[in-house]
This record gives sequence, structure tokens and C-alpha cells, in this order.
Amino acid sequence: MCGIVGLLLKEKSLRPRLGEFMVPMLIGMTERGPDSSGMAVFTDPVALPNRKLSVYCGQPGFDWRQMQEALSALIGNADFEINENHCIITVGADPAMVREWLAQEYPAVRVLSVGRSIDLYKDIGLPSEVADRYGFSRFSGTHLVGHTRMATESAVTLENAHPYTAGEDWCLVHNGSLANPGSLRRKLEKLGERFESDCDTEAACRYLHWRLTSGDSLEVALEHAFRDFDGFFTFLMGTRDKLALVRDPFACKPAIVAETDEYVAIASEFRSFAGLPGIKHAAVFEPKPAEVYAWSVQ
Amino acid sequence: MVSAMKEAVGRVAFDLKRQSVRDLNQFLHGDLSEVREVVVENPDGAHSLAVGVNAPVHVEICGHAGYYAAGMNKEATVQVRGNAGPGVAENMMSGHVEVGGFASGGAGASAHGGLLVIRGDAGLRCGISLKGADIVVGGDVGSFSAFMAQAGRMVVCGDAGDGLGDSLYEAVIYVRGKVRSLGADARLEPMKDEDHGAVRALLAAAGIAHSSAEFKRIASARALYHWNADANQTY
Repeated sequence: MCGIVGLLLKEKSLRPRLGEFMVPMLIGMTERGPDSSGMAVFTDPVALPNRKLSVYCGQPGFDWRQMQEALSALIGNADFEINENHCIITVGADPAMVREWLAQEYPAVRVLSVGRSIDLYKDIGLPSEVADRYGFSRFSGTHLVGHTRMATESAVTLENAHPYTAGEDWCLVHNGSLANPGSLRRKLEKLGERFESDCDTEAACRYLHWRLTSGDSLEVALEHAFRDFDGFFTFLMGTRDKLALVRDPFACKPAIVAETDEYVAIASEFRSFAGLPGIKHAAVFEPKPAEVYAWSVQ
Repeated sequence: MVSAMKEAVGRVAFDLKRQSVRDLNQFLHGDLSEVREVVVENPDGAHSLAVGVNAPVHVEICGHAGYYAAGMNKEATVQVRGNAGPGVAENMMSGHVEVGGFASGGAGASAHGGLLVIRGDAGLRCGISLKGADIVVGGDVGSFSAFMAQAGRMVVCGDAGDGLGDSLYEAVIYVRGKVRSLGADARLEPMKDEDHGAVRALLAAAGIAHSSAEFKRIASARALYHWNADANQTY
């Protein structure tokens, strides 16, 4: 079991309050996922050629400033926004090169996401603890994807926590489980995808990213996924300007959507919506199985 | 019951912003001989609201309910003003459960008796393994509804999804709209006078106005009742 939350703010004046609206949604899914939780926040994109890398290091007292000096010496300027175990590094250099350098020089540092818009946080603990640790309620942005995890098929570790990312400005969270992540992984590894965890969700994330970057529309990519994924799932996906939701054809896992003129909220259960402004007058519906729902940032 | 407010004789209110679901359910499982109505404010999608009630009391849930609302209900009338999560009125024995909005998957699963009314749509597997209750759905039902339904009746005023009535036993389904596909061993049958009477009575009980002439009957062909080696897995 896991909990999924998503929020896209249509009303621009509310964007500074994205995190404030989201934290009660995430905490509302505590019973579905008390092991670990995470959140991908999409902000206005940084100007090209800049990229943001969300990175994590669990070592107590890790010296981020020393790393910033070393990176700046290599590529010129590197901006570091340090937040507990996380740091958002903004660079003008090729992000692939920065990743490579990090892997060699700082093997304890994990890259959680890369892109112009995405900031990604995840950690082990109750949703309320993780939200407090990183000050989720202070975050602003256009939309977000959040997850609370109850591990079923792989260990409770940072690597196995959601959201998962692949490529740039793309993330996915999952409620459900897949029976064939191994065969998906072998297929994708032959195509050059590199895996970082044992979690079945990573296979789904990389599979869909591979289809999308191969030219499929989201609908076509998911048509392939319905054939190739053996298992059950509700997926919530985030891109620079979209949230997309899909449930497996048997609708094994729940999902609910609430929409007002100000926002679109997505969650596993209504409990997450209870604190949202104007929820009493929201249009609330249950997404149908095997249908792709997508909402864009205006 | 420690903190529930007695607003008037026979009427008790619970506010789930201040009280727990356990407070509510323990009260409902106690002596209700003096209680006529229980009002539940701010349910906010909580699970297991008013489960296992065993008395002729009226419970009004003023908002949305989470999983398993009114499960195992006996004798009580439970009204959910909003939507209901998965498994509403599952294993109901008797009484009346009504959902004002939509109900998620597995509504009325295994229900033995009583009446479940869903004014909006019902999700997948509505009335799965139905054992004698009646279900009236004002809107559509999702796929695999009435799977292995053994007894009871289901009235669907909208459309039905795939695999309707798969492996039906003796439950009967009435559908007003389109059926995307019938499940194995489910078949359309002519509406007889008794079917018109049943649909009229169930719609009246639900307070929904349609003509019984608009409904079709779906029941078991009973071909799965006995093992047939010659069928070669064709059903």
C-alpha cells in the first residue's frame, strides 16, 4: 500500500502557498505510507543552459561547502541551496558531466533529479517528519507530485522511496506493484538505461521515460505499458508543465481527483483533500481505469 | 459515549474533527434503545464509519466517507451525504444504506440483505459476490460488477462496464443503459411481469423515477453450474 498526492495550482497568486496546501495532503496519506515519503516540486524553469540537480547525502555533517568549492573550481559557478540532507545545485555546465563527476568524487551523494523545473526531496520517516525536516510547507511552485510509501517488495531505503525520476523534469510515483520489473529492467538496460534501486517503480519510471523520449505521446506510451506491465498500479507523473494520472485496467488501487477554478488535486483517498480551500464546492470524481488524465500549467 | 453531544432527545451528534471514529463506532455498538438518530459531522473521508451497527437507528454522515462505510450493517439506515470509498455496505445483513454521490469499488460486496442505493456512479466490482441484498445504482457501474453474485437484485439506471455478471449464480441484474460486455455465463433474458414489478418496487424504494420498460434483465445461463469436460474452456 502507498499514498499518492498531487496538486497543480491554476490560480497564479496561490503558487507561493503550494507547499502549505500540500503538507496536510501528504500527512493525510500517512496510514497508507508511513515508511518514507517524498515530493517533487516544479517551479518556474531556470534559464538555459542552467540545470538544477537535487542531490542527497545521508552522511552526518557532510561538508556541502567544500563540495561547492570543488565543483566551482571545475565548472565556474555552482549555486548550492542546502537543506538538511538535500541540496539543490544549479549549474550552467552539462548536467551529465556534473553527475559523472559527483559519482566519482562523492559516491555517497545521490542525484535525485535533474531538470530546469524539478526539485526533489525524499527521505525515510513518517510524512510529517519528512515534511518538517525539509520545510515542505514553505515551498512554492506551479505543481507537485508527492508520495508516502509502505514498502512491500523492496527494503525501506532512500533509493527505494518515491518519486522516481529519469531524464530531465520527469518524475513518477506509484501505488501498486509490478510482477515483472526484472524483465523490464533487463530490456531497458540493454537500451542503455541505468538503474539505481531494486524498486519495481523505477522500472515503470524508466520504461515510460524511454517510450516518451523515443517519440511516443503519453497516451501511446501508456498503451504499451498496459501490455508490458504485469501488475497493478496507479501512477501519477509530473513534467515541467503537466501532471498526468493513470490507473491500471482493473483499477486495483484507488485514486480521486478534486478540481476547482483554483487547483486540481489528486490523491489516493479523499482524506488528503479535507483541508484544501473550497473543497466543499470542488468537483470530485474517481478516475476511470485505463484512462489517461492530464492537466497542464497555464 | 463520553463526549458526544445530546442535542435533543434521541439525537446524538459526533464531530470527527474532535472525536475519533472509534468513539463513534463504540457508541453505535452500545445500547441505542433511546437513540433515534446519530449525525456525523466532518467525516472527511475517514474509514470504517458506522460499521457493524446492529440496531434500527438512523445514521447521517454529513460529507464524504472513506473505505468500508456501513459495512456489516444490520437494521440501521445509514445515509452518506457525499461520496463513499471502496467497500461501502460490504456484507450488509439488513437495513438501508444510501450514498448521495458516487461509490468507489466493491460497493455492496457480499451483502446478504437490505438495500443499498447509490445515487451517482458505482466503481468496479459493484455487488461482487452479492448474497441476497438489493442494490440500486442511479448512474453507471464499473467493470466486473455482480461477479459471482449468488442472490439478490441489482438495478443499474445507467450503463455497465465489461464482464457484467461474470459467473453469476442466482442474482438478477436489471440494466437501463448499455452493457459494454457480459461476463461468462451471464445472458440477456426477457423481462416478465415479475421483473417489471421488482424493478418498479426497487426504484420506488430508492426514490428514482424511471419506467421499468426501459430495463433489460440479465441472469445466469447456469452453464457453469456443472463441470462440462466437453466445453474445453470455451466459457
